[in-house]
Amino acid sequence: MTHFLETVFQSVFWSAVIKVVFVFALLLLTALILVWFERRVVAFMQNRVGPNRAGPFGILQTLADGLKLLFKEGIRPRKVEVGLYLAAPIMAMIPAFLIFLMVPIGAPIHIGETTVTLQGADLNIALLFVLAMSSIAVYAIVLAGWASGSKYPLLGGIRATAQMISYEAAMGLALVPVVVFASSQIAGGSLGVGTMSFSRIVALQAGSFRGPVPGWFVFSLLPSFVIFFTAAIAETNRAPFDLVEAESEIVGGYHTEYSGFRFAIFFLAEYINMFNLSAIAVTLFFGGWLGPGADLPYVGWLVPIFWFLLKTYALLFLFVWIRATLPRLRYDQLMTLGWKWLIPLSLAWLVVFVLLQGVRVFGMPWS
Amino acid sequence: MSLSAYLPIAIMALLASGFAAISLGLSRLIAPHNPTPEKLDPYECGIVPLQEPVQRFPVKFYLVAMLFVIFDVEIVFLFAWAVRFTQLGWYGIGAVGIFTLLLIETLVYVWKRGALDWNVARRSRRRPAVVEPLTEKAA
Repeated sequence: MTHFLETVFQSVFWSAVIKVVFVFALLLLTALILVWFERRVVAFMQNRVGPNRAGPFGILQTLADGLKLLFKEGIRPRKVEVGLYLAAPIMAMIPAFLIFLMVPIGAPIHIGETTVTLQGADLNIALLFVLAMSSIAVYAIVLAGWASGSKYPLLGGIRATAQMISYEAAMGLALVPVVVFASSQIAGGSLGVGTMSFSRIVALQAGSFRGPVPGWFVFSLLPSFVIFFTAAIAETNRAPFDLVEAESEIVGGYHTEYSGFRFAIFFLAEYINMFNLSAIAVTLFFGGWLGPGADLPYVGWLVPIFWFLLKTYALLFLFVWIRATLPRLRYDQLMTLGWKWLIPLSLAWLVVFVLLQGVRVFGMPWS
Repeated sequence: MSLSAYLPIAIMALLASGFAAISLGLSRLIAPHNPTPEKLDPYECGIVPLQEPVQRFPVKFYLVAMLFVIFDVEIVFLFAWAVRFTQLGWYGIGAVGIFTLLLIETLVYVWKRGALDWNVARRSRRRPAVVEPLTEKAA
């Protein structure tokens, strides 16, 4: 058995296939749990009970909803641009699934002589890849809005584009200090080549910050995390930044004309994106899968996965908490927050951080 | 790192689009299909739609898109420098600093010009457009 697994994971192709299928199943399962989790948590925060009928604690509610949508009529209105209208949900799915491939979900496992990383793809440009994919995700939304041939989707699509690209700039700027910090952590700050690989960034957080406090980047880079997380909420079009699908203004936004399973696909992609961004925040700022207990016998390889999921769900809880707490912004407030607060703040933080880090690593520039 | 590291991405792209396409196709097979003229109208909150959707939208959205391009290109350059942070030292910080100053200047300029103001009414109140009649000047 061990020998067989070893042979399989030594083959580049088959190990890729197995990892991809695993990540795919994990994301689908997560989306099912996440929708239920959000509805339950919001319900309790609003003094309601929430879905509690389908399965234990109502955990199968999302599955039931999904099956219902599968059997619903998919109305295709007369004025749509058929090709783009049908392609848009698929275009929303692809970047959502690709982003999570970058995230390491556990410590590498040793099967015999072979080391298997619990990560879809360990790219050296993982951070850039994630930013690129979240840019590409805008296309699905704007094309869905435009191809619907109806006024509310068009407005929603345009709003979504402006919002997502504005906050994407802030998000990118907030991540530069992470890479700078990672570079100066490597090899004691001398001559090390930095990294944008998620597995190496996680490994760099293994030490200790001060005493018992772990060396997670969030302690050194708190402003980056705050900006990143704010931008992440806006990127996923969640309350209080859900202007894209503000029911009181533009009905359903870009998916107004989508019904049945086409709508379900958009919905799925949205929740997977939420999970992705939480997982990336955990990887970059909260030490990824690092945590105590990884050397336990037999279950040792499961413990890092547990820590990773626990941290990710803690951030997802924060997502839901913010949604239940804050009212929706007005559109000009949204743009003001993005361009006049987050981008100047992240630029200022970048300059301050780089100067401080420069003094720390290289000493004074004139010495 | 060889190109084979990107293999999972290709497989996942196929799998995700395949899953979406197949489930959409399945839904088409098992879901009922009886369109009526009213059902196929563009959505209009329950009333009969009278107008075509506007195909033009405020020019500010284009402005935002153009600004985004400036900032995003800047960010890509910053990442390239950030990876080599320790090797480039103060020389790198100085070079990137000049680059970033130019970007900040862009932001300040755009801000002063009012391209970041979304509330038009407030903008016109702050800078009233006083156009002196040409005839008086001439006289």
